[in-house]
Amino acid sequence: MRRIISILLENEPGALSRVVGLFSQRGYNIETLNVAPTEDATLSRLTLTTVGDDKTIEQITKQLNKLVDVVKLVDLTEGAHIERDMMLIKVRASGGAQRDEVKRTTDIFRGQIVDVGPNVYTIQLTGTGEKLDSFVAAMAEAEILEVVRSGVAGISRGEKVLRL
Amino acid sequence: MEMLSGGEMIARALEDEGVEFIFGYPGGAVLHIYDALFKASKVPHVLVRHEQAATHAADGYARATGKPGVVLVTSGPGATNAVTGIATAYMDSIPMVVLSGQVQSHLIGEDAFQECDMVGISRPIVKHSFMVRKPEDIPAMIKKAFHIATTGRPGPVVIDIPKDATRPDAKFEYHYPEAVKMRSYSPAQRGHTGQIKKAARMLLSAKRPVIYSGGGVVQGEASGLLTELAQSLNYPVTNTLMGLGAYPGTDRQFLGMLGMHGLYEANMAMHNADVILAVGARFDDRVTNTVSKFCPGAKVIHIDIDPTSISKTVQADIPIVGPVHSVLSDLMEQVSQMRKKDADLPDQPALERWWQQIDEWRGKHGLWTGRRYGENEHIKPQQVIESLYRATGGNAFVTSDVGQHQMFAAQYYRFNHPRRWINSGGLGTMGFGLPAAMGVKLAFPDADVACVTGEGSIQMNIQELSTCTQYNTPVKIINLRNNYLGMVKQWQDMQYEGRYAMSTYEDSLPDFVKLMEAYGHVGMQVRSLDELDAKMEEAFAMKDKVVFLDIFIDPMEHVYPMHVAPNGSMKDMWLSKNERT
Ligand SMILES: Cc1cc2nc3c(=O)[nH]c(=O)nc-3n(C[C@H](O)[C@H](O)[C@H](O)COP(=O)(O)OP(=O)(O)OC[C@H]3O[C@@H](n4cnc5c(N)ncnc54)[C@H](O)[C@@H]3O)c2cc1C
Ligand SMILES: Cc1ncc(C[n+]2csc(CCOP(=O)(O)OP(=O)(O)O)c2C)c(N)n1
Ligand SMILES: [Mg+2]
Repeated sequence: MRRIISILLENEPGALSRVVGLFSQRGYNIETLNVAPTEDATLSRLTLTTVGDDKTIEQITKQLNKLVDVVKLVDLTEGAHIERDMMLIKVRASGGAQRDEVKRTTDIFRGQIVDVGPNVYTIQLTGTGEKLDSFVAAMAEAEILEVVRSGVAGISRGEKVLRL
Repeated sequence: MEMLSGGEMIARALEDEGVEFIFGYPGGAVLHIYDALFKASKVPHVLVRHEQAATHAADGYARATGKPGVVLVTSGPGATNAVTGIATAYMDSIPMVVLSGQVQSHLIGEDAFQECDMVGISRPIVKHSFMVRKPEDIPAMIKKAFHIATTGRPGPVVIDIPKDATRPDAKFEYHYPEAVKMRSYSPAQRGHTGQIKKAARMLLSAKRPVIYSGGGVVQGEASGLLTELAQSLNYPVTNTLMGLGAYPGTDRQFLGMLGMHGLYEANMAMHNADVILAVGARFDDRVTNTVSKFCPGAKVIHIDIDPTSISKTVQADIPIVGPVHSVLSDLMEQVSQMRKKDADLPDQPALERWWQQIDEWRGKHGLWTGRRYGENEHIKPQQVIESLYRATGGNAFVTSDVGQHQMFAAQYYRFNHPRRWINSGGLGTMGFGLPAAMGVKLAFPDADVACVTGEGSIQMNIQELSTCTQYNTPVKIINLRNNYLGMVKQWQDMQYEGRYAMSTYEDSLPDFVKLMEAYGHVGMQVRSLDELDAKMEEAFAMKDKVVFLDIFIDPMEHVYPMHVAPNGSMKDMWLSKNERT
């Protein structure tokens, strides 16, 4: 099953490589990875998605917790949560019909065209990983020039928080 | 406040930490540190002949004393030479602090002379690592390193130190912290009471119980408690390779080692058990054989300080995370309360039947009953270990290398105390034995220290004979000479129709007696059984000499029992070249 694991990590040099190294060392897979600073300068927040059976996921969370640089972690998929992935996608858009088609699909997905060239559109789209996948599939007719995604970031719904 | 340079702070911090020995080797990147040690330190430094040996010596010291081993090496090749020893310590959860030199900060990343990314290279084989960014952080960093290495599940910690952080002309206020608090590191102190109650109930309801204990009981100083618990219940005990000595090896309740080369009665008892109490053991693949066939009728109670050890391979029915010492004492308390309420616990008739069964297994294929060697033109390796046992009264520290000799030592030297059996189990590092023995002998100069080895393994760190001379560490080297990489040969006999691919040395072995003499030590050959005991005693009588006994043993001997693999269970064993369970 796909899991979203969110980690508060000491903002120390080498901390990220310990997390990433753990996955390759133990043969776990990372599908997406997102890291950025938090409001607390000593901590960064890392969110990753991975796939595995319950036993593997249990080992992954235990092994992550064991890393000295990991302060806290949560498996967001265990409860109600919000997940967001952000995509910038550049597609060929030349000629009226094609430009209209791309624009229409973008609107349906509630994306925004954030840059326009004579022959290209750059579209920004935010949503679950699944939604972004569907958008890419919907663009199959158009010529996709470039895709870049932030990787999933996530947070629990309601009162539940991941903090010190 | 006192002002010290980075190098001086390192020297002082090691002193303040109570370090008894530093094992190391100098080089450019650590010269400031060495100079500071030379000028001021009260901590003796042991100059090895290869950095790998520094890590193994520190490791042997740590295993024998329970205190962390300390290593100091230079950057680049010094650091990479230490890697095997760090991995060895990591796999067996041994507390160790390794200080490695690094090129100057401004050169890092430029492929500078003797630069290598030690933090990166060692990452998967350390419990944690640090890189000094500011010299003023050194004391707190060293304190943290010792704290992490020695608490929770112990392990090696690397501190990488750029040369400029140790320069003598930059001084800083020195203060060595008394304690450490880290928000991201707090190993469990107690087991969960509810789980412990459940465990006590399950343990007392057992009809065919086995206590399976490992290295964690040795590390956690809980062999006294384990013994008390087992004896108060009259339950059988088996130990892993790492756990030997945690329960008295000569006691009737002891079934011997379990696993791939475990004793018949130990493996049979495990396979037929209804309740297994696993304490500080990690269900290694050398123990379980095929996991899906592991002990089909057993419920498992698993006590371990490290949650990742629990249900990693074998699913625990009652997991208990906590230090063995406190969990075992809580468990004993619960057990005795429950027995006060119900005097019929545990089920005595069932236990009696269980012991009858175990004794029957023992009588059939046990090492100590029945099986004897008969007439043989060669000395049997098992006889050598028995002779060693007699000559040392069963009280020696025995270090070992890796191979058949290691298994014979584990099976036949009956360790009655923890920390006396010192070997590389998890990584299986040939070359471990001699440097580890040096570390032990330095810690216990009056004790008998024997290194059981093979002619293959001993040559992997034989240069340390010179260190033994310099620091007067008169260890006894018991070379079980079969003229083969015996363990490799055994597998080739069993699985490759005796094709000995690269497991022989042809005629290239050195004359070990002459070699010993060249180093100023004593070497003796033993070629027949009649002289074995006498030479063994003679060797141990030479208290202040390193003695190498080159003992010619049966080259064709195999280690048995041996698990049938792949696809076998605990009970599937080869008992000799032509008998199978
Ligand atoms: C040639 C060869 C053959 C081998 N054959 C066998 C064999 O037949 N049988 C065998 O048993 N092994 C054998 N081994 C060794 C094997 O590879 C493993 O090293 C060994 O089985 C592991 O022992 P252990 O389970 O006691 O764990 P260890 O590696 O000693 O780990 C200790 C466990 O205890 C925990 N722990 C540590 N401190 C504490 C504490 N204070 N409180 C609570 N828990 C703690 C740790 O977290 C860890 O899970 C062989 C090795 C070699 C090289
Ligand atoms: C550094 C290292 N290289 C290779 C091995 C694989 N190996 C395990 S046992 C063994 C043979 C050891 O031979 P020897 O020391 O003579 O012991 P014997 O088995 O003959 O008693 C080898 C090569 C190892 N364990 N360690
Ligand atoms: Mg050999």
